[in-house]
Amino acid sequence: MPIFSDLLRGHYEQSPNKVIVTMLHAGQPDLPVTYRDLIHGAAGYVKTYKQNGIQPGDVVLLILQHGVDLLYAYYGAVLHGAIPSIMPFLTEKLLPERYRADLAGLVSVSQPTAIVTYRGFELEVRAALKPGKDSVRAVIVSDQIERPCPPQFSSLGGLRRKLEDIALLQHSSGTTGLQKGVALSHQAVINQLNNYGKAIHLTDADVFVSWLPLYHDMGLIACWLMPILMGNPLVLMSPFDWVRAPYRLLQAVSKYKGTLTWLPNFAYNFCSQKIRDRDLEGLNLSTWRIISNCSEPMRWESHQVFYERFRNLGLRYGTMGTCYAMAENVFAVTQGGVDSPVVYEDIDREMLQTKKMAQVAQPDKITVRMMGTGKAIQNAYIRIIDPNGHNLPDRHVGEVAIQSDCMLTGYYHRIDATEKAFMDGWYLTGDYGYLVEGELYITGRKKDLIIVGGKNIYPQDLELLAYDVPGVHPGRASAFGVFNEITGTEDVIMVTEVDVDDPVERQMISDAIRTVVTRGSAVTLRYIHLVRNPWLVKTSSGKTARSANREKFLKEMQAKGQIF
Amino acid sequence: MTDEMTDTLAKYIAAEILKQPTRQIVPDEPLLSSGLIDSFHLVDLSLFVENNFGVRIDDAELNASSFDNLNQLVILIRSRK
Repeated sequence: MPIFSDLLRGHYEQSPNKVIVTMLHAGQPDLPVTYRDLIHGAAGYVKTYKQNGIQPGDVVLLILQHGVDLLYAYYGAVLHGAIPSIMPFLTEKLLPERYRADLAGLVSVSQPTAIVTYRGFELEVRAALKPGKDSVRAVIVSDQIERPCPPQFSSLGGLRRKLEDIALLQHSSGTTGLQKGVALSHQAVINQLNNYGKAIHLTDADVFVSWLPLYHDMGLIACWLMPILMGNPLVLMSPFDWVRAPYRLLQAVSKYKGTLTWLPNFAYNFCSQKIRDRDLEGLNLSTWRIISNCSEPMRWESHQVFYERFRNLGLRYGTMGTCYAMAENVFAVTQGGVDSPVVYEDIDREMLQTKKMAQVAQPDKITVRMMGTGKAIQNAYIRIIDPNGHNLPDRHVGEVAIQSDCMLTGYYHRIDATEKAFMDGWYLTGDYGYLVEGELYITGRKKDLIIVGGKNIYPQDLELLAYDVPGVHPGRASAFGVFNEITGTEDVIMVTEVDVDDPVERQMISDAIRTVVTRGSAVTLRYIHLVRNPWLVKTSSGKTARSANREKFLKEMQAKGQIF
Repeated sequence: MTDEMTDTLAKYIAAEILKQPTRQIVPDEPLLSSGLIDSFHLVDLSLFVENNFGVRIDDAELNASSFDNLNQLVILIRSRK
């Protein structure tokens, strides 16, 4: 079985002139990158990594935005045999101090030997480091890299890695997520690409189009590693450009005859609502083969609005698929909507909530429309288990546990977290769901995680920030997500106990919480609900019981006639 | 500088983007760099400007260096009219 560098070498030798990546940047001409460009650019980085004493097996942290620098730096690390990991870039919203603290946290756990960034960002990165005291030996600036050159394959560390060696790290976002790097071996990633490639019937004719961030599994695996390692052209734009001009995704599909795209659920709503007709003139979307809804709870309604909005451009209904994925399995566990349309069913809501049973509803019942995520891909196995770890039959809701030939090696340098994640060799996903003849439906989450636009947010990070606001006491805030039908994703709500009744003072506290959370996490709070102590529901150990607080909040709002 | 255009934009941002209709927005208050306007809402703002003032702000201009407060946004719109 080949490792990453074998695959790259094969493409370079067999089709050096093939355009493998087309980079799209707002206001600039599209930039084609051939395998020759890619490998030569990466070989320049290999030289630079060597000069800086980076060894195969070392972690190289990349703090770069979408572009050729990131492309060459990443695949340079691969060819050198180092372990690349992409860290999100600092956004306008986030306080630099917070970013530095998050970076320092990541460095202390994942222990990168080098960090690659832009000259303009070098000082910011250095401010987070402790020279001589942490693992970082070099901060490499992207304009001081050795020139692109043909690689010397005989001396490349990347060709001497073993299948079981760690190929890459993937960190989730936020203070908590950044300290848990998912370590994936060459074997795991290659197995996933083979298994998943079969599930989506990948052929040489496929063209990937993506705007997804690369620090997240959907963007990194499906729309960065898969096309480049498997030899399929990738058309890539940055999430920053897409969010300002969502029509560019459709224009790119039309122009480059795109066939495969992955989107978080909110993107279906976003594209449907925020594109002008005249930006769609003359587009042809009939080449689109599969658009997979993935990485946050998926809604049937979102598929409908997307289809209705773009069907006149040749979009076919059967194009719309679903996928259940997680970084710990490299990426996909299931895929739906490829061989047959995505399935959905209307479930009796009361039975689901009180009996944890997913029964197809009688006509007079209140229902929840559930969309299937598909069946397990090859070599992936799914169990639905009760709290004691026993298997549950079809249509019984329990925790989703998985096993496959593409599981993570572990959370990097976090044996504690790795051990907690597994039970008898099965990875506990923290998601609740049920099976119907192999089709997996996801109903909710066990873990207190909020997913906004496909991005995982740990509520404890937000609550911790709120405790910095004068008038808010530690333990007296609870953050959770509530689904928003219009945007197609979750809104973040925070309930906070305060001791004041004066409306002006309360407004000041509310504004301060909003600011401190936005600047400390880049997460925007939709609504801050200030309440009088005691209001919050606590667990027996004194922690905030977020799901109970969520229920209480929704009931209170409903009673007031405010619908969330 | 407060005028009708500034007022219209302030009301729109407070009501539709921040979902706080009573929120006052001062003309020189930072909007983007402060995180008050989320990147997800920039395209809404651009559509609103185009529909109400007939000026299209290019998506490459939807960032804090083109405008970061109402005064700067009004100047940008007027320069294109």
